[in-house]
Amino acid sequence: MSRSVLVVDYGLGNIMSVTRALTICGADVHLSSSASDFIGAERVIIPGVGAFADGMEGLRRNGLLEPLRNYAESGRPILGICLGMQLLLSTAEEFGDHEGLDLIAGRVVAIPNTGTDGHRHKIPHVGWNALHRAANHKGEMLLHDLGDSPHVYFVHSYSVVPQNESVRVADAYYNGRRITAVVNQGMIFGCQFHPEKSGEVGLKILTNFLSI
Amino acid sequence: MSLDHHQHNGLNKDGSNFPCDTVTKVSGSVRSLLRIIARLDVKGANLIKGMHLEGLRIVGDPQEFAQQYYQQGVDEIIYIDTVASLYGRNNLVEIVRRTAESIFVPITVGGGIRSVDDVRTLLRAGADKVAINTAATENPSLIEEVARSFGSQCVVLSIEAKRRPGGWEALVNNGRDRTGRGVVEWAMEGVQRGAGEILLTSVDQEGTRKGFDLELIRAVATSVSVPVIASGGLGNAEDLVTVVQNGCADAVAVADALHYNRCSLSDLRRKAHSAGLEVRML
Repeated sequence: MSRSVLVVDYGLGNIMSVTRALTICGADVHLSSSASDFIGAERVIIPGVGAFADGMEGLRRNGLLEPLRNYAESGRPILGICLGMQLLLSTAEEFGDHEGLDLIAGRVVAIPNTGTDGHRHKIPHVGWNALHRAANHKGEMLLHDLGDSPHVYFVHSYSVVPQNESVRVADAYYNGRRITAVVNQGMIFGCQFHPEKSGEVGLKILTNFLSI
Repeated sequence: MSLDHHQHNGLNKDGSNFPCDTVTKVSGSVRSLLRIIARLDVKGANLIKGMHLEGLRIVGDPQEFAQQYYQQGVDEIIYIDTVASLYGRNNLVEIVRRTAESIFVPITVGGGIRSVDDVRTLLRAGADKVAINTAATENPSLIEEVARSFGSQCVVLSIEAKRRPGGWEALVNNGRDRTGRGVVEWAMEGVQRGAGEILLTSVDQEGTRKGFDLELIRAVATSVSVPVIASGGLGNAEDLVTVVQNGCADAVAVADALHYNRCSLSDLRRKAHSAGLEVRML
């Protein structure tokens, strides 16, 4: 099986970390910011660290908005990581309102600055947290063979609220606040945490994506 | 000089913004886990260790130590170049590049970072966050520039705190030079400017193995809205529990206790777990 993957290089994000992790997992990684490379791509990963508006601007500047949408509509696998996941959504409220790729209906909103007990808590949500599979999940693919509540590394101040509950595959909880951790709709996947920084569990998740 | 006063240092639990029990040890809980971080201070190609940030001794190859800690389940790695901020050069890039090839937990890098371009270089080499100290005290807007370019999550404000009458003063250049800044005020300003975490090192406790400066850690951790990494003084696994429970630390940096094998990562995890603190399961 080919394990070729195109990693979108749009000026944001820790692409070297993602590339190295994928390489360890046996992938043949191509970094690209060129629209034409999407035509033959077998798998795409949108990495990303930073602000939503900068992320969309990076994609726009490189002429990647339409190629990405066309790619996703073709039914080939795509995985957004952290900001890359957030960009898959329709809109974001981060320093104003912004439009996303709109591949998954929903919004990106700030994590409430209190826990459900009403006490203020620390933002960003940084650190290791457990993944809890959503009750009605169907997207087993990314989390295949990972045990009950694997720990992964998060660092984010905003989180995804999908319109359709069924796309939600796994959640994490931060002082009672539900954080959408994994989404899946068709061949479109997203994870809010950083698999490339989540030790062996993260490498397994990337390997699972490469096997799709 | 304006130092922090005791009534503002967070010791008064009711007066603090971020009460300890909400940021730590909610039992059966849902918060982020306590992070146990290996701190590797480097000089040139060597991992070094000193006392009070001085009297540096060579320990070994940083790469080897980092790799070993990763395999033992460390939650993050921090590299601090102890000389770059004095000589204005940065030789960490190669070490970071090699480390990032085989380590898949977050890597924070500090020492000598003076510009957005320095940050870009380190991030490109595989760092996930940068720790900024001296340059931030000289030019606080650097914090904003880096946060704007790469996001707050990658900006760690590194503070070297020295106890003074009535509070703590922020020092720079490995505790050699004074800034006249009060630590709690400086931490709050740094966060307001966009720092996403605070790496808080007690110059007084660093390398002494006598435990953390709990008042210091608590004063800062209960005053800022971002996670605080306690650094400097861990002698044994009990100190780790104390700095979380009484110092309100969100994360703990461990250096020579690991380097000299006084305690292992699994000792630390086990101790934390038995004290009711949640740590990552491997």
